Amino acid sequence: MNAERKRLYLNRRRGLGHWIRSGEPMVWFNAGAVSFSLLAVFGLLWLLAWHGLGHFWPRELLEFSVNRDGEQYTVLGEQVSSERVSGEQLRAAGVSGVDGQWERRRLIKRGNRDFLDTDFAWLLDSSIVEVGRPAGVMRVERLEWGNLYGRLVRLEDRGTPLISTTMDSAATWSRFQSLVADNQALREEIRDIEREEVGRINFAMERLRLRERRLAMSDEPLPQWIADERRALEADYDVARQRLLTLYEQRERYSYRVALADGREVTLPLGQVVRAIQPNDMSLPARLDYYRVRLWEFLSDEPREANTEGGVYPAIFGTVLMVLLMSIMVTPFGVLAAVFLHEVAGQGRITRVFRAAVNNLAGVPSIVYGIFGLGFFVYGVGGDLDQLFFPEALPSPTYGTPGLMWASLTLALLTLPVVIVATEEGLARIPASIREGSLALGATRAETLWRVVLPMASPAMMTGVILAVARAAGEVAPLMLVGVVKLAPTLPLDGNFPYLHLEQKFMHLGFHIYDVGFQSPNIEAARPLVYATALLLVLIIALLNLAAVALRNRLRERYAALDGSV
Amino acid sequence: MSTHGFDLDALNRRPWTPAQDADVALSVERLNLSYSGKPALRDIDLSIPRRRVTAFIGPSGCGKSSLLRCFNRMNDLVDGCAVTGRVMLEDTNIYLPTVDVSQLRRRVGMVFQKPNPFPMSVYENVAYGLRIQGINRRRHLDEIVEKSLRSAALWDEVKDRLEDNALGLSGGQQQRLVIARTIAVEPEMVLLDEPASSLDPISTLKIEELIYELKSKYTIVIVTHNMQQAARVSDMTAFMNLGRLVEYDSTDRLFTNPRQRQTEDYITGRYG
Repeated sequence: MNAERKRLYLNRRRGLGHWIRSGEPMVWFNAGAVSFSLLAVFGLLWLLAWHGLGHFWPRELLEFSVNRDGEQYTVLGEQVSSERVSGEQLRAAGVSGVDGQWERRRLIKRGNRDFLDTDFAWLLDSSIVEVGRPAGVMRVERLEWGNLYGRLVRLEDRGTPLISTTMDSAATWSRFQSLVADNQALREEIRDIEREEVGRINFAMERLRLRERRLAMSDEPLPQWIADERRALEADYDVARQRLLTLYEQRERYSYRVALADGREVTLPLGQVVRAIQPNDMSLPARLDYYRVRLWEFLSDEPREANTEGGVYPAIFGTVLMVLLMSIMVTPFGVLAAVFLHEVAGQGRITRVFRAAVNNLAGVPSIVYGIFGLGFFVYGVGGDLDQLFFPEALPSPTYGTPGLMWASLTLALLTLPVVIVATEEGLARIPASIREGSLALGATRAETLWRVVLPMASPAMMTGVILAVARAAGEVAPLMLVGVVKLAPTLPLDGNFPYLHLEQKFMHLGFHIYDVGFQSPNIEAARPLVYATALLLVLIIALLNLAAVALRNRLRERYAALDGSV
Repeated sequence: MSTHGFDLDALNRRPWTPAQDADVALSVERLNLSYSGKPALRDIDLSIPRRRVTAFIGPSGCGKSSLLRCFNRMNDLVDGCAVTGRVMLEDTNIYLPTVDVSQLRRRVGMVFQKPNPFPMSVYENVAYGLRIQGINRRRHLDEIVEKSLRSAALWDEVKDRLEDNALGLSGGQQQRLVIARTIAVEPEMVLLDEPASSLDPISTLKIEELIYELKSKYTIVIVTHNMQQAARVSDMTAFMNLGRLVEYDSTDRLFTNPRQRQTEDYITGRYG
């Protein structure tokens, strides 16, 4: 090889052209795309976690001495955020006393909505004279009116101050805490009676009324036992009511007196207190414990104050129950349809057209399914069911109104194509030799299908269900039409026969996010909950999926595919 | 007999156990088969002797597998497959519409080219055909499973792993398992469609020995492209080419003294 040829040869192996031909840039592009996707996913989770989970931490309370336009006042509260805004913008918004080009301002949650006009306030840094971190200030979570910030002055028993000589502020605080704990137990007792006993009586009363109405409609004489039973129920109700009245009275007994930041002193009922802390005096373990309690409340409690406080338990419950019902409904239908398309029907033009139609159903916007569900299931089928089986309840509808069953059915319809397609793919992957092996032993096609083909296709069916769950759990738009509500008074699963109330409306995390985020009267207070709920929804869908994936993997192990394993 | 190409002298010269009858197990008359109008088998006439091994040889695409699959109507599963003529199994034309195909396939079992055990335990694979027939008594099943596995020379290798997934067996073991599964339903005839073509030489040898053992009880038809294999295991050999039966004779005679030029070319390797 002479020098000239050697040079040419080497040039061919170097250079940009060669690098591109080698496929190396493609590898980098691919890796870049994967990294970007991962970054996007983790960024999303991080954002939700950052904004959502911080909400439950006991932030310290700050006291700001403010001097604005010569007016002096004090603001006590939690600093939620701080930001830089242009002076221009502030002046245009009508804020006086802004000189500079840029200003910093802080968003303070000052609470006390019953005494101030808003519970959030913006403070300009330039107007703040002093920031203090006073000890002994408390943050009280209440059933109504949001948080209260102030200093505990004293406790009162039916209007008379609870004073003893030994009562210093620490003793008052611990007494306050024990009263709050008693009150908590009291509230739970009240709720149990209201929910379970009174709920049961109301439920029985309603059934009795419907029974009576049905008898009246068929012109039968009313038997004596109806009146007897009603009297018994009324007697039960009186007993429960009496107990409740006593408990209500106990709840009203204590009150507490608070000094607010502006110097006012107010007396408030202790029965309204959910929880009180003095965040500035808390140790780290105490803070962590408080965080745990708040997080658990979020997961396990009912919402309060137009969903901006409290927990999301009913929404979690509704979401999971609806998804489970949907899976139970969609799986048999999808599998049967796929078996028909792939095993029974001839593979002619009609089958192909039908298959294309099914595939295209997956692309129909979900709100269209919602409309269909409302028009067909709710008004059509539900209305007919009411006419046939529940005429005594009319004109108030039983099934002819949005509810859990119709929502599950609508979503089952929405996810049906996914299950069909996945199952068909699974059926297509089963080697012909396995079917032939079964047929050659004298099995009929049906026996082959039932004993060999379907078990082997079961992992693919599970894949279909996984995809269906992922899609259904995240849907909100159709649900708004067919069964989801902002606030459901009871869970669709309870102790009253028939236990699962398919006709009831239910709450859903997706709709909860929409409702809290967009329909809330107090958006600043609700915002962290929107993030936290969104994170929760993602986690629940992931959890449902993981469960289905684990099930599929077990099936896969059992019915390992033949291809390549020989 | 001579019309079917039988040569009882040739059959009797081979060292079999005594008291075997060499009558006809299955006979094919003027069989034509086409796939979507394209003819694949033309005017086939032949008889398969009972309790002997009959081999079909020929170049790829000559129709030997198609012919084999006519014997238990596996061709019914192929879209566009049309069959005319008769296939007589004990005086019944199996292509009559009144024939129960499942029943037929119980009588005429089949083993395929690639081992195709079901993704179940070894035990359930063998019991499958019996369960289909509604036999579910555990003791009865245990008995037949053991007997079938012994007949397939597999019992000693798998008796401790009957509950393991059959897919964990080696290729050769899987193929013997499939044979055990086939004979568990007590067929009269076993069709083997290139049963050793995906196996290593040692497994192939075991299968061949097994075939030799099984012919005392079953009528065996084997399709193979391995001429040595046909010479080793079979009593009768049919050479096919281009959808026609070219020559059918005792294996000895066909390999040592073929009557047709085509056969000679093929077995000496000048063709195909």
